[in-house]
Amino acid sequence: MEGTAAPMSAEPQTGVVDMMLNMGPQHPATHGVFRMVLSIDGERVVGVRPHIGYLHRGSEKLSEHESYGQVITLFDRLDYVSNLNNELVFARAAEELMGVEAPERAQYIRTILCELNRVASHLLFIGTYALDVGAMTPVMYTFRERERVQNLFEHVTGARMMHNYFRIGGVKEDVPGDFAERVRSVVRHLREGVEETDRLLTFNEVYLARTRGVGVISAADAVSCGLTGPCLRGSGVAYDVRKAYPYEVYDRLEFDVPVGEFGDCWDRYWVRLQECYESLRMTEQALEQMPDGLVMAPGRRIARPPKGEAYAHAENPRGDIGVFLVSDGTDKPYRVKVRPPSFCNLVGLERMMDGAYVADAVAILGSLDIVLGEVDR
Amino acid sequence: MISGLLGLLTTLRWLFRKPVTAHYPKQHLPVQERYMGFPALLWDDTAAEPFCTGCMVCVRECPTQCMSAQMHDNPKFASGESHRRKIIQTFEINLNRCILCGICVDVCAFDAIEMSYEHELSSFSRTGARADLGLLLELGGRYTETTQWQATNPEKNVASVALAKRAAAKTQAGEAEGKA
Ligand code: SF4
Ligand code: SF4
Repeated sequence: MEGTAAPMSAEPQTGVVDMMLNMGPQHPATHGVFRMVLSIDGERVVGVRPHIGYLHRGSEKLSEHESYGQVITLFDRLDYVSNLNNELVFARAAEELMGVEAPERAQYIRTILCELNRVASHLLFIGTYALDVGAMTPVMYTFRERERVQNLFEHVTGARMMHNYFRIGGVKEDVPGDFAERVRSVVRHLREGVEETDRLLTFNEVYLARTRGVGVISAADAVSCGLTGPCLRGSGVAYDVRKAYPYEVYDRLEFDVPVGEFGDCWDRYWVRLQECYESLRMTEQALEQMPDGLVMAPGRRIARPPKGEAYAHAENPRGDIGVFLVSDGTDKPYRVKVRPPSFCNLVGLERMMDGAYVADAVAILGSLDIVLGEVDR
Repeated sequence: MISGLLGLLTTLRWLFRKPVTAHYPKQHLPVQERYMGFPALLWDDTAAEPFCTGCMVCVRECPTQCMSAQMHDNPKFASGESHRRKIIQTFEINLNRCILCGICVDVCAFDAIEMSYEHELSSFSRTGARADLGLLLELGGRYTETTQWQATNPEKNVASVALAKRAAAKTQAGEAEGKA
């Protein structure tokens, strides 16, 4: 371990050395392969050193060898619980580069699917987070509800997770005829399911004791660490890309940005729970407004953007995901740089863990809701 | 205390309902209509040959490079049974590498490949996932049977339709020549 070797000297060293505790890479609470080394002083954590890279697949580099259409399949696999949100941001970056815009119907379809994906992702978080802090039951409920979204996605895109459905300039094919009915029924069920989980978990004493006042990060710290998404909003900063820089059809939808108060684990959980309700509200509105028409911008099938660069960002369930795209005029991107929200949110881990109990380390890590596919890329 | 009881009440309500879990190997849930299983090649009954001409577009566009194909001259073209000048000779998809993205189906202009409903193809041999032309056509056959598949562009791709169209165009041209 670094810093533990005592310097050679004549006098015997009597200094105190922190104990190191290695957590991960295989640990049930790390959701993927993530390792952190905690320095411990008694019961308290005094330092944390995250080690990432166990799930590195070289997605950014691989993208340089794939044509624009194929890169979408790689983006599916970045944050593998909110695949469609990732596809969207790459499609939008390439659209900006090429100067095309998806037809209105396609934009509505993309918005609806992305919002449902956000609910699915948050449900996964709520379930597994409850598991992390010791509640066994909620995960059964949230997974049951998540399955409804997954089934709907299979019905629309043909795949439960790796959809490859969004295209540069639209979506692959129009939604099936019964789309509106199915979405309505899914939304109805989801709302019930989220309410049920809400009743089960939110104000449970044990849950409150495990999460209230744990892993606090102040608004100023959250901003300076570059947190985004629910982790930032949990600290009371109402920054949401959908409101601040509206894309797709978000400017036409009415929704609130829930914010927390103290920036502790419970607030981060609560923000996500409220976002589920907001997303369902948005889905319903978008469904009402959805026009008929094309789902793909007319043009060449094989994308070949002109030389240049573009940046697009969007609100992923985990935060502000950004894609910087450089084109050299060929059919393959010259450089694809991703700003993954999970990775940036990890920066805040040290502040949250400072002085926390060892037993709370898992609760704090879980509340960040990182997905390692995105952290390591 | 109260919230704990409230939670118990919520769980209690589900105690008397039917379980939603399907026990997988014993119980199979049906797939959705658009489900994308492993890619499969389709068979043109009207000429008794595959639709695939071996144009290699899908091989080039596959993001994981899991396909390989080889074409040869179609003997049936010379005898007038088919409109396909070239036909597939060998075709192999390494299903272990396939990520079920559906790009090959998107790019194929010959209606030759479809994402079938197959998703349970594990085998005990190391090479069991290398699907050759025969297996791919078998999967495709099963797919066309269950879905009543129709070619999206029959005029170009279904042999009988394409041949009839060509013959009609020829007689028309002949008539026009005769008149002139
Ligand atoms: S499946 Fe289609 S794209 Fe692929 S080689 Fe055959 S005809 Fe060409
Ligand atoms: S589905 Fe995708 S990965 Fe599989 S063979 Fe087709 S193009 Fe390749």
